[in-house]
Amino acid sequence: MCILLQYLIYDQLGIDRYHAIIDAVLSNLILAWLCFLLANIMKYYLPRNEKYWYILVSSLVVCFLWLLLLQIGLYLIFPANDAYLQFVQNSWSIRFGAGFLLVSSLSMFSMLYYNQQEQKDAQARKDETEKLSREAELFKLRQQLQPHFLFNSLNSISALTISDPEKARHMIQQLSEFLRGMLKKDEQSVIPLEEEIHYLQLYLDIEKVRFGHRLQTTINVDEDAKAYVIPPLLLQPLVENAIKFGLYDTIDDVVITINAHKTDHHLLIRITNPFDPETSMPAKGTGFGLTSIARRLYLIYSRADLLKTGKEERVFTTEILIPQST
Amino acid sequence: MIKAIIIDDEPLARSILKEYAANTHGMEIIAECNDGFEGLKAIQQHSPDLIFLDIQMPKINGFEMLELIEEPPAVIFTTAFDEYAIKAFEQNAIDYLLKPFSKERFDKAIEKLIQANGKPSVQHIIDEAAASATQQNRVVVKEGSRIRIIPVSKIQYIEAADDYVKIYTEEGGFLKNRTMSFYERSLLPFHFIRIHRSYIINTQLITRIDAYEKDSHLVKLNTGAALPVSKTGYAKLKEALGI
Repeated sequence: MCILLQYLIYDQLGIDRYHAIIDAVLSNLILAWLCFLLANIMKYYLPRNEKYWYILVSSLVVCFLWLLLLQIGLYLIFPANDAYLQFVQNSWSIRFGAGFLLVSSLSMFSMLYYNQQEQKDAQARKDETEKLSREAELFKLRQQLQPHFLFNSLNSISALTISDPEKARHMIQQLSEFLRGMLKKDEQSVIPLEEEIHYLQLYLDIEKVRFGHRLQTTINVDEDAKAYVIPPLLLQPLVENAIKFGLYDTIDDVVITINAHKTDHHLLIRITNPFDPETSMPAKGTGFGLTSIARRLYLIYSRADLLKTGKEERVFTTEILIPQST
Repeated sequence: MIKAIIIDDEPLARSILKEYAANTHGMEIIAECNDGFEGLKAIQQHSPDLIFLDIQMPKINGFEMLELIEEPPAVIFTTAFDEYAIKAFEQNAIDYLLKPFSKERFDKAIEKLIQANGKPSVQHIIDEAAASATQQNRVVVKEGSRIRIIPVSKIQYIEAADDYVKIYTEEGGFLKNRTMSFYERSLLPFHFIRIHRSYIINTQLITRIDAYEKDSHLVKLNTGAALPVSKTGYAKLKEALGI
């Protein structure tokens, strides 16, 4: 369209058809190529500040380049036609004006377009992140509330209401406190180990009512490790895992030990439970529900080496390291 | 008089059943068991009319225990939460008690049992459970009065033996009242191939395959066992091993 327009104008000005066509085609092709180049540059680089200066300067540069190239082109094509070249010399200012108008409005348009595109992308990314974190939270909740544990505990309470109402009431209180803790602590990123151990104790007391003397636990926490911090609700699923593993893989009494030590920059927690090497699945390695804990530690600390497991004789050991920021 | 046995690993879960049974006319609890092993012994000893059976128990679960009984008595399953089992019960119209349950619900289950006059067959559900994900990586067998749990990876091969199959491990062969086709199906994901009408082998133990007579081969395992391979078995073996 621009080619046609330029041709018509030249026609009006009395330039012969041959020169008019060549000039119109050449100038528009060069301009189109330069604009394409500019648009592509803007696609990959858009300044955050002083956008308008950027447009102004780049449009000016593009116009100068355009005229330079055009002049070289026309001189090469019509080296002998002095009258025509004179006309070209005289028309620089008008050409420059028209070109600048065209280039600047085009770059303005592409800047707006790319800006909008960028905003859309950013919004999509934000939505995606939010969705992921929501899903993760839901997953965490599902993981934590073990229906098997909950309903069996309620069943124990149901039995106790006749045989030992006082104990039933006590267990309801413990279960309530446990559930409340589960709902509340999600907001905090880390809590002191002492608090986490208290919460764990609640859980263990409930499990002991369920399994009677079959389940025994020993907890040893170094005095100076008590103030160390740990992500909330991390120990309980680990111990639950050890208890399940121990109780369902052997038929004797089960002793679960939980030890917490202080090292230079870490809190080291070691949990042991008995297992039967002959019947437990040899290929499973770290299995037994530990993957979600390992995943959680990875999400918090970006380290994949914080959870370790080991087997020795008839004892299964789970070790976690919690980095301390200070 | 209904003679019943309770098999559950949680003492308080047993006590609630005992209490409900004591308040039910014509029912007597003759034994209480902590796990499947005790359960088996008590069933052999007392031959009860009914067992209350928990599913998640130490070492062997409720289904695996039932598998080891020649003629299981009537069963009322009790469970707190086991999505898989509950689905199986519903599909097979078997009554079960969800913990915690009321005395009314308990009475209803007993009444249903009396009306059914005896025992609804649980064989189907035992078969289903045996093929389920939680159980298929191990096999529970009885050796005299001893119970053995064999991880699937320790099975060398399985041989047909009339109505039974014989499962071979490094400790010898164990009889199990299941069919070859059951194991052919359920052990497929664990690199087991049925090479012959009478043999299923662990392909990871193969050391060599020799041509034998016309149309048949002989496979050797690293345990020294040499087993015949039929024509169709050889085709399956070739496909599985990618040769």
